[in-house]
Amino acid sequence: MTRKRTKVARWALNIYAGAGMLYLFVPILFIIAFSFNKPRGNYNIVWQSFTFDNWLSPFSEKSLTAALWVSLRIGAVSTIISTILGSLIAIALSRYKFRGSAGINLFLVLPLTSPEIVLGSSLATLFLGQNFINFGFVTIVIAHIMFQVSFVALTVRARIRGFDWTLEQAAQDLGASPLRTFRKVTFPLILPGILAAGLLAFALSIDDFIITFFNAGSTVTFPLQIYGAARVRIPPQINVLASMILFASVAILLVATVSGARRRASMLGPQKTK
Amino acid sequence: MNTTMLVPTRQRVSRNADRVGLGALIVASTCLVALGADLVSGPLLPVVVLVLVAVVVGLLVLVAIGGPQARRLLAPYGLLQPGILWLALFFLAPVWSLLRISLSTKPSRFSVEYSFSWAFDNYTTAFRDFGKQFQHAFVYAAVATVLTVLIGYPLAYVIAFRGGKYKNILLGLVVIPFFTSYLIRTIAWSTILADRGPMVAILDNVGLVRLFEAFHIMNNGQLLNTPAAVIGGLTYNFLPFMLLPIYVSLEKIDTNLVNAANDLYSSSMRAFRKIVLPLSIPGVFAGTLLTFIPAAGDFVNAQFLGSPNTTMIGNSIQDQFLKQNNYPVASAMATVLMVSIASLVLIYTRLFGTEELA
Repeated sequence: MTRKRTKVARWALNIYAGAGMLYLFVPILFIIAFSFNKPRGNYNIVWQSFTFDNWLSPFSEKSLTAALWVSLRIGAVSTIISTILGSLIAIALSRYKFRGSAGINLFLVLPLTSPEIVLGSSLATLFLGQNFINFGFVTIVIAHIMFQVSFVALTVRARIRGFDWTLEQAAQDLGASPLRTFRKVTFPLILPGILAAGLLAFALSIDDFIITFFNAGSTVTFPLQIYGAARVRIPPQINVLASMILFASVAILLVATVSGARRRASMLGPQKTK
Repeated sequence: MNTTMLVPTRQRVSRNADRVGLGALIVASTCLVALGADLVSGPLLPVVVLVLVAVVVGLLVLVAIGGPQARRLLAPYGLLQPGILWLALFFLAPVWSLLRISLSTKPSRFSVEYSFSWAFDNYTTAFRDFGKQFQHAFVYAAVATVLTVLIGYPLAYVIAFRGGKYKNILLGLVVIPFFTSYLIRTIAWSTILADRGPMVAILDNVGLVRLFEAFHIMNNGQLLNTPAAVIGGLTYNFLPFMLLPIYVSLEKIDTNLVNAANDLYSSSMRAFRKIVLPLSIPGVFAGTLLTFIPAAGDFVNAQFLGSPNTTMIGNSIQDQFLKQNNYPVASAMATVLMVSIASLVLIYTRLFGTEELA
C-alpha cells in the first residue's frame, strides 16, 4: 500500500519536473517556429505560412546585422579586458592569504547584488558629470567591464579553488624562474577555468540590455536594436538570428563537454591500466 | 625592547609590507572615487591626482626594491590593484555621484548643470509620485521569487537525484533556453500571451477563462497586460538563477545519508525533510538573492507584458532618466531602490545567513 503510494508520488514529481522543463522551452520553440513564418504586415506574430526565405536571407535587415556586429565588437573588447582584470583578482584571492581579503570578497559581491538599473543609472550620472565624455562605444565597454570583472573573479576563483599551489614551489625548486613557472605550470592549469569564465562574461555582455540602455548614447547594440524595433515592427530575421545564436551556443556547449570528457578520459587512461 | 631597536628599518618595512599594500589600495581607491564623483575641485584636484600616482607607482617601486618577503606580501595587492581600481572608479564613484545628483537641483530652468543643494524634495517627489511603482516592484519580485522556488526546486531535485547518467544533459537542457536574448524571450512571451495568440485561444476552448478570471490571472479576457503576465515573465526569465544554485547544493549531498535514513526506517518524506531540505537551504538562499534583486529592478517584463497599471519602479527610473531627463528624481528613486534592497538583503542574511554567497 505505502509502496504503491510512494511510487505514485515519485511519478507525480517526475511529471511535475517534466512540465517545468517543457515550460522552459515554450518561448524557445515559439521563436524557432516563427523564424519559418511568412508574416503579413510589420509584426511577426500571427502564423501565416511556412517559408525558408528568412533563413536564406538572415542578414537582409541591415540595421539588425549592424547592431549585432557592434555587440560582438563590444563583447570582444570588454571580455578581454575584464577576463584579465578578473583573473588577476581571482589568483590573488586563491593563491595568497592576505590582510583585507574578506573585505575584497565582500566588495566583489556588491556589484552582483545591485540591481542592474542602479548600476546603469549611477554610471550614467558619473559620465554626465564629466563633460569630456561622450556616451557611445567606450562608455558601453566601460560599463560591461564593470559588471564582468566581479563575475569573472568569482567564477575563476571557484574554478581554481582546488588548485595545488605547491606545484609552483616544485617548479621553482627545480630552478624555474617565477615568470617561467607561471608560464609553464600555473597558467596552463588554470587556463580552462579562465576561458570558461571568459565565455560566460562574453555571453553576459552580448545579452546585456538594462545597463547598456543607460550608457549607450546613440550607439545601438543588438538588444537595443530589438528593443527599438519591437515598437515599430518585428521582422522574422530577429527570430532567425536568435535561433542562430542559440544553435551556435549549443554547439559550443556540446564541443566543450565532449572535449572535456575526452581530455578527462585520456588523463585517466594510463592510471586505469596500472 | 632592544631587539626591536636593532632590527634594520628595511626589514621592518618588509615585515609590514602587507599593511603598506592594503593602505596603498585603499588610498588609491579613495582618490579615484573622489576624482570620479567630482568631490574635489580647484587646488585640491592636482594634489589628489599626485597622491594617486604616487601611491600606484610607490607600490610598484616597493615590489621592485623590496626583499623576497616584502615581495610575497605585496604580490596580492599588485594583482588586485587594476581590477579593484576599475571597480572603485566605475562602481563606487558612480554610487557617490548618484547620491549627489539625487540631492541636486537645476539652478534655473535653462541651465544644463545641476548643483548640489541638499534637495530632499527629490525624495519626497519619488515617494509621492511613484509609491505605487515601488510597491509593484517589491510585490511582483517577491511573488516571482516564490514561484521560481516552486518550479525550480523540484526540477533541480529530479535532475540531481534521478538524472543518473543523463544528469549533465538535463542540466544543459535547462540552460539552453537562456542562450537566446533576454529581450527576444520576453517578446516571444508577449506574442504567446497576446489577445489573439495561442494561449488565450487554448484557455478559451478548454473553458478555463472563467477560472483564471476568478483568480485574477486574466482580466477582461486578457492574459497580456495583467500583473500575472508580468510576474510570469519575471519568473521565467530569472528561473535559472534560482535553479542552478539549488542544483549545486543538492548535487553536493551524499546520497548515502538518505540511504542510511531509509535503512533506519525513516519514510522518504521524513528523510527529505530532515536531511535533503536543510542541506539544500544555502542554494535556496543564494537563489533567492540572485532572483529577487534583478527582478525588483527590472523594467523589461513590465514593459512588454504589462500595462500602464502594472509599471514597476524600473520603468519609472528609466522613464524619468532617459525620457524626461529628470536626473535628480530618477537618481532619488534609484537610491531608494538600492538602499531598500541592501537593507532587505542584510535582514535576510541575518535571519537565514549562510557563510558563502558566491
